[in-house]
Order: sequence, then C-alpha cells, then structure tokens
Amino acid sequence: MEAFTTHTGRAVPLRRSNVDTDQIIPAVWLKQVSRTGFEKGLFSAWREDPAFVLNQPQYDGATILVAGTDFGTGSSREHAVWALQQYGFRVVIAPRFGDIFRNNSTKMGLLPVVLPTETVEELQSRAEQDPKAEITVDLERREVRAGDLTVPFEIDDYTRWRLLEGLDDIGLTLRHADDIARFEESRSPLLPTTA
Amino acid sequence: MGRTLADKVYDAHVVRRADGEPDLLYIDLHLVHEVTSPQAFDGLRLADRKVRRPDLTIATEDHNVPTTDLLAPIADPVSRTQVETLRKNCAEFGVRLHPMGDAGQGIVHVIGPQLGLTQPGMTVVCGDSHTSTHGAFGALAHGIGTSEVEHVLATQTLPQVKPKMMAVTVNGALPAGVTAKDLILAIIAEIGTGGGQGHIIEYRGEAIRSLSMEGRMTVCNMSIEAGARAGLIAPDETTFAYLKGRPHAPQGAAWDEAVAYWKSLATDEDAVFDKEVVIDASTLTPFVTWGTNPGQGLPLGASVPDPAAIEDAVERQAAERALEYMGLTAGTPLRDIAVDTVFVGSCTNGRIEDLRAVADVLNGRRVADGVRMLVVPGSMEVKKQAEAEGLHEVIAASGAQWREAGCSMCLAMNPDKLTPGERSASTSNRNFEGRQGPGGRTHLVSPAVAAATAVTGRLTAPADL
Repeated sequence: MEAFTTHTGRAVPLRRSNVDTDQIIPAVWLKQVSRTGFEKGLFSAWREDPAFVLNQPQYDGATILVAGTDFGTGSSREHAVWALQQYGFRVVIAPRFGDIFRNNSTKMGLLPVVLPTETVEELQSRAEQDPKAEITVDLERREVRAGDLTVPFEIDDYTRWRLLEGLDDIGLTLRHADDIARFEESRSPLLPTTA
Repeated sequence: MGRTLADKVYDAHVVRRADGEPDLLYIDLHLVHEVTSPQAFDGLRLADRKVRRPDLTIATEDHNVPTTDLLAPIADPVSRTQVETLRKNCAEFGVRLHPMGDAGQGIVHVIGPQLGLTQPGMTVVCGDSHTSTHGAFGALAHGIGTSEVEHVLATQTLPQVKPKMMAVTVNGALPAGVTAKDLILAIIAEIGTGGGQGHIIEYRGEAIRSLSMEGRMTVCNMSIEAGARAGLIAPDETTFAYLKGRPHAPQGAAWDEAVAYWKSLATDEDAVFDKEVVIDASTLTPFVTWGTNPGQGLPLGASVPDPAAIEDAVERQAAERALEYMGLTAGTPLRDIAVDTVFVGSCTNGRIEDLRAVADVLNGRRVADGVRMLVVPGSMEVKKQAEAEGLHEVIAASGAQWREAGCSMCLAMNPDKLTPGERSASTSNRNFEGRQGPGGRTHLVSPAVAAATAVTGRLTAPADL
C-alpha cells in the first residue's frame, strides 16, 4: 500500500449524495482481471455528460474529491477505490461513507475523510469559486486546511498508523500466525468444511 | 451485562485482541466468485502465499454467466476470461468450484445455505456486499473488498473493529399479500441508505419470527442497502428445520450438540442495543421504489413524491435528480407506471418460494403484450426443484422466459440487460442508475408484485388483478 502522510492538492466538488459504487465504476468495468486501467471507468456513465464536473477543464489534475453524504454505498467492489486512485485522487472528503468502501480505501491508501456537512459544503463552494485553491489533508495532525479554514477530522490511531507507514495488512496479520494456528486447534469439530 | 446475538458470534471468533489494535477475527466460511477474486489470487501468487484453508473456501460462477445455452462458450471474451481465470485459480489453489453447467452452480448466496454450509454462529465473508444474506441463519456475515478477499485467502482471518449494534424490531403480523421484500423495502425507506452505517442490524419481533428462512434471507440480504454491512436473525426452530438433512449440516449426535449451541446464541434479555427502530408490520402494504437508491420507496398505493415538499435539502436534491433519471413526474400514482421488462431472480428473490409466488400469480394468466419477463432461478438446484413442481410450465405458458441460474439482470454483467430508457420492475436489490444496463430504470418490487406487474404492464399487486 502507498503510504499517506500529508497531501496538498486541488479539489473537485461533487455535489451529489448517495454516490454508490455502481456510479463510481459501472459493472461492465468489473470484468477485468488485472488491477490497472480502471481510471477509464471512473464515473464513466456520468462522464458522458459534458457538463459533469470531471469534464470541466478547471478541475484537471485535481486530487481531492469533495462529495455529498453516503459516498461509496452499495457494492463491495474495490474497483471503485482503484478507479479513483488510478484517475489521480488521493483523498475523498464526505460527511459519511459506505462502510465497505471506506474500509477498502484504507486498505489501498486512498484517504477517506469524514467532515460535517456544512464544512463539506463550504469546501465545495470554495472549489467552485476558485478551482485553483489548494487544500491540505494532513494525516499526521488529523486536520484539513483550506485557506483560512482549519478543521480536525477523526480517524482511529491504528488505521492512521497503517496509512502513515503504508503497511500491508496481510504482513501484519501473519506476524500472529501462531495465534491463528492455536485458534484453529480450538475450533469446534462440528463446524462444516467445504471438502 | 447481557450480550446480543452478534456480540456472541463475534466474541467466539476473536483470535487475538490487543490494546490499540483491531481484533483479529476468524472466518469460518469464505465464498468466492469470479468478479472480486482474480486480483486477490494474483496477490497470493506475487507474495508466494497459499490459500490457508481451502477446506473453508468455496467458489461458484455467477455474476457473468449467461442464462441461456450453458453449453456454448461465453460470447463476451472479457466475461469468458474472467470465468476461466476463476477456474485456473481454483485448480491452482485447491478451491472447490461449482462451474457453469454444474448441478451445484448458482448465485453465491443461494448455494451456501442450500448446501447447509451456512450455519448459525458462523462467520461468513465474500467479496460481495450481499453476503449479509447469510445472517438469516444467525451467522455474522458481511461483504468485503478484494484486498480483504486476499487477506482471508492468506490468513483465514480479518482485522475487525466491532461494529455497533442496532435492533430493528418488527411487531405484529404482516397482512396477507405483504412479503419479506415489502418489509425490507419499508425498513430501508424508514432508516435510510445510511441509517445502519457502522452497525450490525439484528431483526427481531413477531413478524420476523413468522418469516420462513427464505423470507429471512430476503430481509438480511438488503441490510447493506440500509448501510449495515451485516444483518442477522436469531436461529430458531424454523432455522433448524431448514438446515436439517442438508449436505453439510451436522448429523446424528452432532446435530443435537449443534442445536444446543445454536439455541444459546439468542440475544440475552438484558442486552442493550446502541440504536433501535420499531416497525409495526400490520400497517404495511406492498412496497415499491420510485427513485435511484433503495431508500426511495413507498407503498404501491402512493404517488411519485414531489421533491418540493421534501424539507431536507440533500434529500430534495436527490429526489429531483432521481425523478429526472427515472423519467417520472411528481404526483403520478405508482400504479400508473408502465414497465417494459420484469425481472425475477437474484440473491434477494431467486429462491424456490419466490418462484412459487410468481407461478401462483401467473397461473392461467398472460404476460401483457410488449412486456418482456425473465425468470432466473438463483441456482441450478432451485431450477431443478421448480421444474419438478411444474413451475417452469406455468411460467412459460404465461409468456415469460424461463432461464438458467445466475445473477443475470440484477447487475447486467451477462447479456441480460436493459437498454437506455427501458423501465423494469425487478425483484433484485438495487435501483441505482444504470444498474440493470446503462440508462435503464429500475423499480424494486417483491416477486408477487413483479408477476402481477407483468400481467398488467403497470406496477400492480396481485390483489389488484
């Protein structure tokens, strides 16, 4: 996983709520068996509309997506995270996230930042008024800075540490392989196997 | 203090607990399908890792499979490659696979319960958000992404932070003609698509106890549509009767021992939930969605809502956008909405009782002219049983198409899809924009409403016929 410490970039305001993962990446893109090339599928149905925010040249190269509440609901497809990252996003800011999407993001190093609705709307307005304005998302200090605005965000210590270090979960878990083996010895023999 | 059902299942699976770290949770059953697994198997290969417990892992082909002509190769080369990749991965890593055409093939959430692999008190995961289905048995079951699929393949565990607990208590009895699907759509409309976020939902109360196992699976299936990764129901005599005699269920003395344990899992009287929602079942009627998220639903007798009347600004904008996408006008009675296609199937409503409900309505009736109706069994086993009961003949005689098993038009990864602007009544779980095909418009309904809608060509309940 790519480590995340502090990121400064320009923001894209996505003024929609309930952006489900089917919108982030439609199912037709899920047939790929590789991990790359998903940027082309990002919001592919919405990008057919020339007025869609990602089609507006002033937001080219922006790296922070500022979206409405319940971002990333629905399907568990991690492809949604891959598509956002491969398109160039490092952070998504929203008032609330779908649980599976948020979890998938932290496994991949895409930072989901929860901020109050009013703050999210303020950041969206600023990005609309001045698309060149930069936002800094500081994971070490757990704060978002935008011009005169500094707002704290919450993230649990463990996830923050993993992201700061760019650590791979499987490697961390395998340090406890003995615990897993011990647990397996104690499992009920009544439990089914697929064999 | 007492513990909830979910607390008990969770606590029994903690491999390791340490301050400042997530718990490491053991996974009893890992279900795998072709869409969310290829990159996970690649990850194992890159790190030179094995599947730790192939004997707790099972795979099926469901999302991409065509529902016609199983003997022909899959025409779409990308879909074909994905299915072939699963076959190669399962062979290489020693995972049991039910491929297309196999008698055990079907939608991943239909075959687990069907085989008796899903049992009370287990932890179940799958790279699919509708894994919550298995909670109907009193299992702790949730969807995961591909990174976590790889993690479970490699370690048979997942790092987890215990979610909060939410009770959805449904008192009273469902009126005649009101089904589990109507109930869960009403629950989602009540609590919203984010209402269960961060929580495990336990469904309780008289109306839940009265549901069959298949009805309970329909309810738990859509927990994710209310934002909850998992939803579950305490195991009881209905659960035990469903499980008994299934291929992987315990037998003889082991059965009695298992049942005694399963009975101990029910939520303690003095357990406290972080949140509770109470619903009166007796007031419910058939429920359908009008918008583009599953929370945008209303009783069939209602009309398309007027966004201007919605106070909350976020919900008002969402409703405006949904009506535009759906091509609907505020104030139109839902019963006046004409559909082009009716889809029966999916992990929500592709089981034998669903097909019986459909055949019951279609018996002696015809699908309306100009309406296409697809009936897609959730598994080959469901298909076989339906055919043994003669349901396929009733369905075909009505003019509906009787298909092979798979996910089909629920998410349109196979050739079954809507064309732009086409409108469906669908027994599936998501009415998202483009879910059933780019530009397609979806109304979520119960199997009985789907069948009645096919007969009239407009959103209709069987009682209206």
